[in-house]
Amino acid sequence: MTGGPFFQRDPARHPPAYSAGYKSSILRSPTRAALSLDNTLSEMTGPVFGHHQLGPLDGDLILNFAKPGEMPIGQRIIVHGRVQDENGRGVPGALLEVWQANAGGRYRHAKESYLAALDPNFGGCGRVLTGGDGSYAIRTIKPGAYPWPNGPNDWRPAHIHFSVFGSGFAQRLITQMYFEGDPMIALCPIVRTIPSQDAIDSLTALYDPQATIPMDARAYRFDIVLRGRRSTVFENRMEGN
Amino acid sequence: MQKLPYLKESPSQTAGPYVHIGCTPNFCGINGVYPEDLGARMVDEQTQGTRITLCGTVFDGMDAPLKDVMVEIWQADAAGLYPGNDPRGQADPHFTGWGRKAGDYATGEWVFETIKPGRVPFKDGRMMAPHITLWIVARGINTGLHTRIYFPDEDAANTEDPVLTRLEHKNRIPTLIAEKTGQGAYRFDVRLQGGRETIFFDI
Ligand SMILES: [Fe+3]
Repeated sequence: MTGGPFFQRDPARHPPAYSAGYKSSILRSPTRAALSLDNTLSEMTGPVFGHHQLGPLDGDLILNFAKPGEMPIGQRIIVHGRVQDENGRGVPGALLEVWQANAGGRYRHAKESYLAALDPNFGGCGRVLTGGDGSYAIRTIKPGAYPWPNGPNDWRPAHIHFSVFGSGFAQRLITQMYFEGDPMIALCPIVRTIPSQDAIDSLTALYDPQATIPMDARAYRFDIVLRGRRSTVFENRMEGN
Repeated sequence: MQKLPYLKESPSQTAGPYVHIGCTPNFCGINGVYPEDLGARMVDEQTQGTRITLCGTVFDGMDAPLKDVMVEIWQADAAGLYPGNDPRGQADPHFTGWGRKAGDYATGEWVFETIKPGRVPFKDGRMMAPHITLWIVARGINTGLHTRIYFPDEDAANTEDPVLTRLEHKNRIPTLIAEKTGQGAYRFDVRLQGGRETIFFDI
């Protein structure tokens, strides 16, 4: 634990629980206000993950499911960036778990019904721990757009799902990364649950020519911000003590 | 005028129906990438404390179970210390404190094998009753939901718990208390909507 209680979440930044355009939220959104609870140790602490729990290919979705000598089909990309908190400090040791569809937009999942083909060399999961400065990188195949049962003709923009652990359980976050320049972003009912364009833009990764590996893989830059912590210097001290 | 230097938190998005691929790949048949799913085991033979089984189901506003739910729990060890980064000291090295389970594809039920947590102090030093933090994500849930699981056999501790005692609507407190279904067995069902809607916390 590195500091005090977390800054409160800004409801203007996050999708409301009920979003009429995203039909699954209608019966799955609490209707009563969440009760505010100033952080206790139960919220300020959180699980710690170590490199001993990860394998050498965990962050390489091109190789971690492929048969020996084979590779998945699609555009090779690197997604890299930094996990920071709202104070602008890098978050070291943050566990990022990612999942995504293959280049055709098909997930490897029993409940997936899209007719695009499975790729025998692509599993679709990966994970990485951030370094001392909060930086991370994964290598993968650019996912395809896919249709989903919401409106009669709704398609998800290409995206990668991210699950993030910071240093306290109150920072727990699941979000999605989109790709710069994709016209599907503005049309997506799930993207549109987010209340502001600025917040949507913060989930849209930029093409990063400097990190692109020539003749190999293009790079996208995706930074993630977790809740900051209040300083403990003047926190809950009795005057005169 | 200067600008405050703070960044803004990345917005949440739903975990969607395929959260298993990233978080419990072995559960959904993607084997061979990770040796086992993270959070699958919280205890080993040497873990201190009373073993318990904690199961539950999350229900939507029409009382249908969420079959695509994923839940995580976070709790103190038997002595009331959190594993990992508790500033008060080292917790039981044979206890992870953190578990993750997917709901059963057919029923939506999830089950944890864990131990009963010890008591942890509130910020003013009073002791909270034994409790487990529960975090819920699924398709249709835009931001993960936080709630707490308290125990039905801890009446004295629950009555003085600093969180439970400050709740305005006392008739909702039972939504935070598990049901005892046998020796060391508890059930905690979650209702997202309706008259028995579970209390969720804005932490
Ligand atoms: Fe998706």
